[in-house]
Amino acid sequence: MQFFAPILHYAQLAPMLIVLAGALIGVLIEAFAPRDSRHSSQLFIALFSLVAALVALLRMRNQTSIDAAMGSVSFDGAGILLQASVLIIAILSVFLIADQENFTALAASVPGSDEERQALQTDLRVTEVYPLTLFAVAGMLLFPVSSDLITLFVALEMLSLPLYLMAGLSRRRRLMSQEAALKYFLLGAFSSAFFLLGIAYLYGYSGSLTFLGIQESVTGGAGNDVFLLLGIAFISVGLLFKVGAVPFHAWSPDVYQGAPTAITGFMAAATKVAAFGAILRIFYVSFANAEWQWKPALILIAIITMVFGSVVASTQRDIKRTLAYSSIAHAGFLLSGVIALSKPGLDASVFYLFVYGVATLGAFGIVTLVCDSAGEVGDLNRWSGLGKRSPIIASAFALFLLSFAGIPLTSGFIGKFSIFSAAYESGSTAILIAGVLSSAIAAFFYIRIIVLMFFKDPVEDGTSVLIPSALTTITISISAVITLILGIYPAPLIDFINANAFFLR
Amino acid sequence: MNALTTMMLLPLLGSVLIALIPTDQVLRIKQAALGTTLLVAISGILAWIKFDSANTSMQFVQSASWVPSFGINYSVGVDGLAIVLILMSVLLAPIVVLAGWNESEGGRWSAKVFYILILVLETLIIGVFAATDVFLFYVIFEVMLIPVYFLIGGFGSGERAAAAVKFLLFSLFGGLLMLASIIGLWVLSATNGGHTFDLATLSDLHNWMSPTTQNFLFLGFFIAFAIKAPVWPLHTWLPDAAASASPGTSVLLLGVLDKVGTYGMIRFCLTLFPEASKTFTPLILVLAVISIIYGAFLAIGAKDIKRLIAYTSISHFGFITMGIFAMTTQGHSGATLYMFNHGFSTAALFLVAGWMISRRGSSTIADFGGLQRVTPVMAWSFFIAGMSSLALPGLSSFVSEFLVLVGTYTRYPVAAVIATFGIVLAALYILIPVQKALHGPTTPGNENLPDLNLREKIAIAPVIAIIVALGFYPAPLLNVINPASAHVLKVQGFTDPTPSESAGK
Repeated sequence: MQFFAPILHYAQLAPMLIVLAGALIGVLIEAFAPRDSRHSSQLFIALFSLVAALVALLRMRNQTSIDAAMGSVSFDGAGILLQASVLIIAILSVFLIADQENFTALAASVPGSDEERQALQTDLRVTEVYPLTLFAVAGMLLFPVSSDLITLFVALEMLSLPLYLMAGLSRRRRLMSQEAALKYFLLGAFSSAFFLLGIAYLYGYSGSLTFLGIQESVTGGAGNDVFLLLGIAFISVGLLFKVGAVPFHAWSPDVYQGAPTAITGFMAAATKVAAFGAILRIFYVSFANAEWQWKPALILIAIITMVFGSVVASTQRDIKRTLAYSSIAHAGFLLSGVIALSKPGLDASVFYLFVYGVATLGAFGIVTLVCDSAGEVGDLNRWSGLGKRSPIIASAFALFLLSFAGIPLTSGFIGKFSIFSAAYESGSTAILIAGVLSSAIAAFFYIRIIVLMFFKDPVEDGTSVLIPSALTTITISISAVITLILGIYPAPLIDFINANAFFLR
Repeated sequence: MNALTTMMLLPLLGSVLIALIPTDQVLRIKQAALGTTLLVAISGILAWIKFDSANTSMQFVQSASWVPSFGINYSVGVDGLAIVLILMSVLLAPIVVLAGWNESEGGRWSAKVFYILILVLETLIIGVFAATDVFLFYVIFEVMLIPVYFLIGGFGSGERAAAAVKFLLFSLFGGLLMLASIIGLWVLSATNGGHTFDLATLSDLHNWMSPTTQNFLFLGFFIAFAIKAPVWPLHTWLPDAAASASPGTSVLLLGVLDKVGTYGMIRFCLTLFPEASKTFTPLILVLAVISIIYGAFLAIGAKDIKRLIAYTSISHFGFITMGIFAMTTQGHSGATLYMFNHGFSTAALFLVAGWMISRRGSSTIADFGGLQRVTPVMAWSFFIAGMSSLALPGLSSFVSEFLVLVGTYTRYPVAAVIATFGIVLAALYILIPVQKALHGPTTPGNENLPDLNLREKIAIAPVIAIIVALGFYPAPLLNVINPASAHVLKVQGFTDPTPSESAGK
């Protein structure tokens, strides 16, 4: 038996490698650097590697190929756009993570123990969150460009495992945070099993693990269709779990609520980009010719997800849970881009993912600021009168909510318009109608929050708005500016996406 | 520079100017707001003078690319219909500012916010009537809700937050239905020469649509406009909003914004979907007639003076809708003139009612009485406004109501005959409160109410002057409206019924 050394195009893999290198350096810093200098050096390494990865990505943007790593990684236009989105969102997230108020002092300490108290007193910091973030980002970079099933699975685990840990790092209500982490981990492991099973079926169907190989089998139509269907179904379970589509959404409200808010923002924004990137690629490349077999089911899931997310969100009393259900609804809207199965659908999805991710980060950034002496205030009632307490923060939050609601002159509207029109253009009238109606339902609770903030008087219960740290301010203001500018003048970005978003196949 | 764009930019610049004035210099802020609105009114009058009524095509046209990949343009232009409504809006704005000089005080926020919202709203109002790009229209149509929402919720009285939310949710729901139709139109436009939102191009599209498609798209637009106008049974938000909003906001809401609904029916429903309009005409006429009669009955039973005016408006909007869907030149001209007149008579009613309420501290009709003796000028102003509302011959509303009835009678005699009862009821709902509030013995507590001051007299004088002048000599307006109405109908193949000679000749 002969072995060949793999041919790797390091330049095209550079963004991922840089981020991974940053993560490894972070681990070394954890191990060897003195405690005092860890936080600043970790922050520096994290930001430096993310920015360097972004620069490397932009430099390589014209050198697309499907052979970046022996056919396992497709470095193509859509992949580059998605990777860039992940990196930008990750950079903004690191700014939020750097504000360590929300993180436990010592993750390994038992909640309520002496050890924990001691750690709090000595003002320890969880600097391990930075390498974890970088590992997750590396996985998220790989996920949307993977073009064989094994790489896809590795990327899935690479992005998931750090996230499970990060969800348990909350400073307050640690038991709830750890419960969320465990729940996320167990359900995630469960869905990974489905995913693997799907891989097995698809391999059985096509005799190939690469997306292109599967595509050939689907086009040729030679294999056993039952295997194909089972494969698509099980793979979809794993992927839909990650984006929180109904009925695989059960983890997301608990995890969103339990995780430290900065991590929730990162998870909500970046994971969605990566996971939808992978969904788009596998459905557009491998399963496109079998559309009659999966489309009806996916349409059904999309509609249920939109309606369920919107309806349940209106009944929530906690801001993070509300945003969790809203993100479920948005997963439904995003699925319409997959269902469209067209170039406009792909363009719209890429645009939507980016603007939704940015607005989500901004919104969660603001959630970190509304506090009382015991930490963040999640209860919506206590948000009343925020507009009086701190008009600028409340206005920014209102802007993000209006963007989620899809009100014109925010980026969310352009996203919604383009994704629904793509779905309708490809013949899914049901998606258009369900999307519009659930948007109307969703508008109800977004507006309810705005009413609370602006039209109710503040309750004197110790709730206050922290003055954001410089880094948090950067994240919130960049998110707000992007949301507004892409709402008023989206043409340059849309044109750029239109020109570049392609899957090589 | 384009006259319309200039008119839209002026209030925006004014709002920036106001934002720069320190919050505590309230007088300066008010002066800046008044100055700006006067300037816009003058430029509106200049545009009106320059407008060539013989030319039935769009004038003051300007078009610039906005989002080219979606075929979205910033396109403005006006025909006779639009210029009349713009003229009405820009004339009413300074009157509202002057009449409600103290309205901004006692609001949730500072006077600065109030006038910024008013000026932004004025920009949007001009834009919504001037837009000739369907997407631009939609964007403004939706964005307009935000300032109104904050005006009602922040500067109204009573259950203002609830009323504001009700208004917003109704409008958003309609808007989202319209969005679905707009997406439908846009997708269909691709099959006929490429994606576009240009109104002129889209008005040919109905030739290529199946009747079912056309009906659905029509309904999306019509429901949105029927909520806005409002037509029974979608009117329930209006009385609450009008009762809670400050008088100036009510003038803008009922006098100007609701006209967007009836204007939209002509500009979009009839122009884009002529066949569907015909299909739905019987149903819509029934709704319109119900609005006329039902609104009148509600008004007769109203105890609150602001609600009374809101109910009369529902009746009046019934007349306007009936005139539009009669599809005759007279009906259309009457409807457009009605919109203009209704703006001024409602403004007069609301402003005087606002003064009465602020003096008496109550909005219940029964609390007034004998105002004729105590405050003659205020009482006479209310009387004339009321007479205009019941369409007394010699006042402007008579001309338009007569035209609508004649125009409807030639095609739908039954509807016209039933609607005529609305006139009888109008006499009741105006004369009863006039008698209660103005005549009879002076109710205790009213003896010392002050009469209108100079500022208020200056504000109300032009309104009454216009009501009286146009009652005797409506030609200047009709000369502009008639050709435009005839053109709108002719382009889409509607013809007036030919008068048949009576038998037995």
